[in-house]
Order: sequence, then structure tokens, then C-alpha cells
Amino acid sequence: MTTIVSPRPEALDTSASTDNYLTFTKGFRSWALTLDHKRIGVMYMGAVLASFLVGGIFALLLRTELLTPGKTIVSADMYNQFFTLHGAIMVFLVIIPSIPAALGNFVLPIMLGAKDVAFPRLNLFSFYLWIGGAMFTLYSLAAGGFDTGWTFYTPYSTTTTTGGVIPVLTGVFILGFSSIFTGLNFIVTVHKLRPPGMTWFRMPLFLWALYATAIIQVLATPVLAITLCLLIVERLLNIGIFNPSMGGDPVLYQHFFWFYSHPAVYIMIVPAMGIISEIISVHSHRQIFGYRFIAFSSIAIAMFSFIVWGHHMFVSGQSGLMNTIFSLISFSVAIPSAVKTFNWTMTLYKGTISLTAPMMYGLSFLFLFTIGGLTGIHLATLNTDVHLHDTYFVVAHFHYVMMGSALIGMIGGLHHWWPKMTGRMYNEKTAIIASIIIFVGFNITFFTQFMLGSQGMPRRYYDYQPEFQIYHVISTIGSYIMAFGFFLCASCFVQSLLGGKKAPVNPWGGRSLEWQCSSPPPHDNFSSPPKVGNCYDFSMLRWDEKEQGYVVDKELEAKSIAAEARGHS
Amino acid sequence: MSHASVPHDGHSSHADAGHADGHGHGSAEHSKYPFLAHHFETPVQQFDSAKLGMWLFLATEVLFFGALFVAYAVLRSRFPEVFSYGSHYLDTVMGGVNTCVLILSSLTMALGVYFAQRGKRIALVVCLWLTMAGAAGFLVIKYFEYSHKIHDNLVWGPSFYIPPHDAIGEAESVALAHAPAPAPAAVPAPVNSAPTGVPMIGARPAVDASVIKPASIGPGGLGAGVVNSASAVTFDVIPSQIPAAHLEDPNMPPNTHMFFAIYYAMTGLHGFHVIVGMVVIGMLIYRATRGDFGPNYFTPVDLVGLYWHIVDLVWIFLFPLFYLIH
Amino acid sequence: MTHSHSNTANEGHPLVGHLVPVSTLVATASALLVLTVITVAVRYIDIGEFNLWVAIGIAVVKAALVACFFMHLRWDRPFNLLVFIGCIIFVILMMAFSVLDTSQYRATQYTGNPPVAQETLDANAPGAPVARFKPELNP
Ligand SMILES: [Cu+2]
Repeated sequence: MTTIVSPRPEALDTSASTDNYLTFTKGFRSWALTLDHKRIGVMYMGAVLASFLVGGIFALLLRTELLTPGKTIVSADMYNQFFTLHGAIMVFLVIIPSIPAALGNFVLPIMLGAKDVAFPRLNLFSFYLWIGGAMFTLYSLAAGGFDTGWTFYTPYSTTTTTGGVIPVLTGVFILGFSSIFTGLNFIVTVHKLRPPGMTWFRMPLFLWALYATAIIQVLATPVLAITLCLLIVERLLNIGIFNPSMGGDPVLYQHFFWFYSHPAVYIMIVPAMGIISEIISVHSHRQIFGYRFIAFSSIAIAMFSFIVWGHHMFVSGQSGLMNTIFSLISFSVAIPSAVKTFNWTMTLYKGTISLTAPMMYGLSFLFLFTIGGLTGIHLATLNTDVHLHDTYFVVAHFHYVMMGSALIGMIGGLHHWWPKMTGRMYNEKTAIIASIIIFVGFNITFFTQFMLGSQGMPRRYYDYQPEFQIYHVISTIGSYIMAFGFFLCASCFVQSLLGGKKAPVNPWGGRSLEWQCSSPPPHDNFSSPPKVGNCYDFSMLRWDEKEQGYVVDKELEAKSIAAEARGHS
Repeated sequence: MSHASVPHDGHSSHADAGHADGHGHGSAEHSKYPFLAHHFETPVQQFDSAKLGMWLFLATEVLFFGALFVAYAVLRSRFPEVFSYGSHYLDTVMGGVNTCVLILSSLTMALGVYFAQRGKRIALVVCLWLTMAGAAGFLVIKYFEYSHKIHDNLVWGPSFYIPPHDAIGEAESVALAHAPAPAPAAVPAPVNSAPTGVPMIGARPAVDASVIKPASIGPGGLGAGVVNSASAVTFDVIPSQIPAAHLEDPNMPPNTHMFFAIYYAMTGLHGFHVIVGMVVIGMLIYRATRGDFGPNYFTPVDLVGLYWHIVDLVWIFLFPLFYLIH
Repeated sequence: MTHSHSNTANEGHPLVGHLVPVSTLVATASALLVLTVITVAVRYIDIGEFNLWVAIGIAVVKAALVACFFMHLRWDRPFNLLVFIGCIIFVILMMAFSVLDTSQYRATQYTGNPPVAQETLDANAPGAPVARFKPELNP
């Protein structure tokens, strides 16, 4: 098949700013009732970032409280509510929707070459479900807060007297359905809305990642939903299925919860891996190494993720047989993750690396994910885990994966697609400095927690032995550094919105379809299905000084087509 | 268009034709089929998308119920005797009739899809009304089942162990009228029986063991293989006709309330789905009466049909798992 | 809006979907009703553990009939069938692991009523002759 990449003339015409999705229609209603996936994505992004701010403030309060043993700023009960809120907000309101719902909504249809997602109304509905879920979560604070931890373990969650438990369970239930509908929409879009030429193996790897994520969202989230239903019924009607004093089984609750929540870890990380595949390849201007391996490893992770949940229950009273089985299977998840890491490294090797802001986050991801992933092996090992379970080692591990990888991937993706979303460039220098500060602050915060945990400091504790204080102080200082980095990053974005340079069509030299439509894209993306080529073949692009972006070079293109034709014959 | 799936029979040719001859064709399709949304190229693409979306939604429904089936399996493997005992309190006749009602309403729903495809408006509306009637009938029967059980305190949780008001009243009148009679010899003395005269919680009148009716009518001997020849009865006697019969049965295994917990959880969730089904079928009736559906556009009928069949399908499993345990 | 019954939808070759004849639908429903009668009848025959498996087997056959004919899966896109079977496989997976786990600690469970149940019983019906022992587990 020939690869003809000639952006349609109207797409190249960036001066026609009247027809971009931001200015297509005006007024509050045109946003609140929009069916445009790009606007919904932008609204999600705003909402997610606002939640991130709230969750981050709770994190800083926690770290400040832990500066000294005993009371520093808040009471022990307050502290319990703070870490619960930090966890619940960051998991359910921020990380899970951040990439699929916010970035994915914006990027997926354009990357695919579709006019919209398959069910635009359902898409808007799931955004309002998210808002509803967030409202319930907020309301739970007014209703007396909750101190169950984000895991809502029984029997504590069914007996605690804090009044906000039922509201937050309802909130998470609703958020779950928001997530399900997003996943459902994406699967159908990828299956049915691919234009001619967009075969499965021409899809950018971010789409493969979102597809794998969507499978998990659709298959795992209902189990969380029914589990939360049972918890609510338990609290309201005393049904007793999870209550040991009624003959129920609290371990069953944990089976249910982790049947969702282990795959949920991959709802967070797999789309970030997809973003990294894009960033690494585009910003090192080199064909991605091992495309099919990366694509299939996403699907493999999605499948494996369903049969390893028991590694969260090694010391919860799960039977010895199951402990052994789950420990064994858990190791297997390391294989597809490692496949990806090796492929990214191989892509970088001999690439023409541009140290742009997205690339800085991409490299941070590689480093942090490797640490987070490898410490996961420690925790999947049965006897090591008995020692490390419920210590700061676990806290450090999952922050390396959920924050150091998933969130950093999200921020990297935001930098990558920011010019496309807003039509503005940001100050690259500031953004790079911010990324370095975040990286350094992150490692100071969480690497010390590995040491804390391996020495026996349990997680979720308010008080601690004096010998742990030095680590806590270092960790807290790191968290302040990181917070500063995020504020710098945010100010960079605000500056860009207020007076950033106009973004070119293709600022980084990407080849996937979103880099063919104007920045910001027109209302219906493509008036006719676009021509699709190999989205990782960068050989025909050259930097154009006048455009301040990459353009297709006719000569290089002809060469590339000839080369491909030779390859086929 | 490269579907992941292999196209079947004739009509995939439409999809290919729609894409092969350029993409200006899309607008022609749109003027030809007013129901075609702007982001789809052909009616086939739109229909297939809707179907796949619905099947994915049904997959979430399967997992939604699936978790409860897992809870059922775990509880049943822990307390097998509870399930074979508790099952006999359920009314097989009502359950069986309800199964038939749901199967027939599934049939009328499937016929509704057929008539929608043939463009037979009246027949479609009639079928939808029949389906609605089936759903309502199911709920009415379910209501009678539930109210009988709740009346007899065959419920979840600690309340299961409180005799219903009727039984207490009856026991009191018996106690006033007669001197305490010794318990029938046929009833074996419970091992490890609780001491009598335990302090009462609440203001309930003291009920002496001897005045509670013997369990001769309860389903003794049916559970747990502990066969009590004297009190063994057949299934035909519905024990729940006697209030609090379960508390009078010395052979009731511990944890029997868990059977009812999972019974109410699963049938309750299923009943909720039936109610939702009635709402969406009601909306369909409105649109079908208005004449929205025809041979080219019947997607909503088809999707609601799929939903209704999955509700039927869940009940097909619930019925033997609760009502028909030997 | 009304749709002309044009030649695009002549019988057997509709524009979209598959037309399943009435006779097939009625036959499916009849089979389902017959199977319901059989599954009720089997309940009264004691074949030990097989009662459960026969009941589940009949239910699976009934479910397959509903899925294939009422839900048109027999003629639908194969991927829809894959979705349906796939999600059932995941339920079975979750069930297998959870039940396997439970079966491991069956020996350590209660030998009588759980505390709250027993307290309620003692408080409200102190002399009720219900069993307070754990019957032998079925081998
Ligand atoms: Cu896990």
C-alpha cells in the first residue's frame, strides 16, 4: 500500500481560525451541551487538573503532618481522613480519568481519522457522570468525612461511624460508570470508525494502549460497582455478606475489590505507556522499535491483569495455595512491561533525540517506571511481601508507578498535545526546568520512603519512632520541591494561554493524523476520511523555519514512497 | 472498511461499496437516510456500532451480576447444607411460573424485533405491550413471593432470628391457655443448646421453648443429610405457611440467613433490572406508536431486545440455583 | 418520520440486521419451556452432586438458545460473540480463583451460628429449637 501524506489544503491553513473547535460556537451552553469529543476532552482535562490540585493539597498536608512524630498540625482522626481523601481523589478522580477520558477523548478520534467517537451523547453523559461522582465525593466531606482508606476494606468500612462513607461509595460507583462508558465508546470507535487504510497495525500505539485500557475498564469496573453496591446495602440494611460476625466473608470483599483494583492499576499505567510510545518515537525522530511487540504487550497486560489480583492479599488471610499461585502469575506481568521498556530504549538508541519538554517527561517516565516496576517484583515475591506488606515500601512502589509513571506520562502527554489542544506554544525552557524540578523532587520524596519501608515504618501511621524522623523530613522537603515544580509547570501553561506563540500544525515532527489537521483542529476533524500512512515513518519530514514546525518534504516523500514500493516488491 | 470481524452474509457488501467509491458518497447516504448520524458513513456502520456498543454494555452487565454469582459460589461452597436447606423455603411453583413468564416475554420481544424489521407497526406495538405485561406479571409474582417471606421473617441479617409478631402473639395466647407441654420426643435435643433464661434485649415477651410449636411441619431432615425420620416431610408442605417455622426447626443449619442474604441480593438486583426494562420498553412503545421504526431503522428495538434477553438469561440461571437445589 | 417499505428491505435481505423467521423464534421459546419443565423435574431425582451440574448444564443450554436465536448471535458479527463469551470467561475465572481460595480454609470456619446471629436468637427466641451445631460437611 502506498503512503501518500498530503495534508489537505484547508488543514494546512492555520489562518482560518474561525473554523476551529474552540471558536466554532460560543457561549456557555455551546460547551455544556457539546457533543464534540475535543471539547469534552478539554472539559475533562480542566476537571481532572482541578481535582489534582485538591488531592495534591491533601498530600502536602499529610507530608507536613509527618514532619515530626506525634501531632504536628492536625489530629490523628483528621490525618486518617486526609490520607483517605488523598488516595480516593487521586485514584478515582484524577489518575483513572486523566489519560483515557481527558487526553484520550481529545486525541483518539483524530488519531484514528474519525469525525468523533462512536457515541457522542454517551460521551457527554459520562462526563456529567464524572461531575456527579465528584459532587458526591465532595458531599461526603460535608456529611462527616470518611477514614476507611481508599480501599474501603470491610469490616471497618461497614462499622466506622464517620458519616461520609455512603456518599463517597455512591460517588465512586457513579465514577465507575463514567469510566465504563468511556471505555465502551473507545472500543466501538476503534472497531467501527477506522477510515479506509487505517488497519489495526497502522494505528498509533497510543490507540492500542487506549484500546487495551478500554477492555479493562469495561470488564473490571462493573465488579467494583457491584462491590460498592453491596457495601452500601451492608451499611444500610445489614445484609452481612462481607460481615464476619454475621457469617459473611471479608476476604471475599478483598477478592472483589482487587479483581477491579489490580486491573485498575493498568487502567492508570497502560495509557501512559501509550503516550510514552508516541513521545519517545516522535521526539527522537525514529521509527518505533518493535511496533507489534508493544501493541500486543498492551493487550497482554490487559489480559494478565485480571488473574493476579491476589498479590494484594498475601497477609489478608488468603489461603497459602492461592498466595503461591498469585505470586507466580504476578511475575508474569513483568514480561510485557519489560518488553515495552526494552523497545523504548531501543527506539532511543541512535535516534535524533530532541530534548523537548515532552521528551523530558518521557525520559523521567523510563527511569521512574523501571524503579516502580522492579520494586513490584519484590512485592510480588511471597515471602518478601510478608515483610514489606503495608509498609512505606509499598507506598513508595505504587507512587513510583501511579504518580512517577502514570501521572508523569499524563503531564508529558499534555505537553505533547498542548499546542494541538490550545493552538498555543508554551515557553519550552520553563517547561523543561519544571520537569527537572518535578523529577528531582519526586525522587527525594519517594526514594526515601523505600528506605523507611524496608526498615519497618508502616503505612497510614500518624505517629512513628524518632529514628524514622530524618527520612520523613527529607521526604517532606522533596514533596515541597515537587509541588514547586508543578506550580512552575502550571504557570507555564497559564502563560501560554495568555500570550503563547501561535502553534504550527506540526511542532514536534509527528506523523500520526492529529499532526495533519490544524492547531487547534477544526470542528469535525476531517471533512472526508483522511489518507493514512505509516505513522512512525518520519523520513519525509523536515523542519520549516517559516512555519516554525515540521512539514512534508516533497522530495523526501517521493524517496520514501519509492523505498516502500521497493520493499513491497 | 477493514472490520476486525469477518463480514457475514450479504449485507457487508453495502459497507464496502460505501467506502470504495470515494467519500463524497457519505453525504449521499446522509440525505438518503435521515437517521444516519453525521459521524457515520453508512447505515450499516451505524447499526454495527450500536450493536457492538450494546454487546459491550451487556458484558458489563454480565460482570455486574457475575460478581454476585461468585459470592453465591463462595457462600455455597462454604455452607452447602444451608443452600440445600434454604432452597426448600422458596416456592418452586411461583419461581417456575415466573421463568415461563420471562421466557414468553422474551419471545414477544424477539417477535417485536421481527415485526419492526418487517415494518409492521401495529404488530410491533402489540408485541411490546405483551412484553411489558410479562415484565409486570413477573414483578407481581415476585412481590407475592417477597411479601410472604418478609411476613415470615425469612429475611437477611439478624432479623432472621427474631420470631415474627404473629408467632409471638400466637405463642403468648398458647401460653395463656395451656400449661407448658413437653416438647415432642421426636425432636432431638439440640446439641450445645443455649441456656434458657438468657436476659432479653428489648421489650419482647419471654417465649419459653416449650410453647414454640414443634418443627413437625418444618422441612426437617432435608438439609445437611441429618435425616430425622420422625419429622421428615415432603417438599409439598410449604413450611413458610407457619410463621417462624424456621426457628422451630431443630435441623436448620447455622448461617441459614446467608442463603436469604444472597437470595435477596441477586433476585433484588434482577428485579431492579426488570423495572429498568419496563421503563425502556415504555419508551419504545411511545416511539413505536409514533411510527419511528421501519425496515431500515429499528436499532432501538433491537438494543432494548438484547437488554431484555439478558435479563431473561440471568433469571434462567437464578431459577435453578435458588429454587431447585436438591 | 416514516420509512418507505422500499426494495432495500425485501425479506431475507434487510439493509441492516438479520431477519429471524417467526417459526424459529416460536421453536426456541418452546424448547426453553420444555427445558424448564425438565430442570424442575430433575430436582426431584436424587443424583447427588450431579443435581447441581445437571441444573447448570440445562441452564447453559437455555442460555445458548436465548443468545443464538433471540439475540441473533448466530447471525451476528463474530466479534459480538467473542465479547459475550469473553466476559463469561472472566466471570468463571473470578469464580474459580475465589472458590478455590475459600475451599482452602473451609476447616477453620465457624462451627455454629456466627456471633451476631446467635445473640439475636438468644435475645428474641431463647428456647427456639434450632440447631446450634455444625452438621457434617458433605464429603
Ligand atoms: Cu496489583
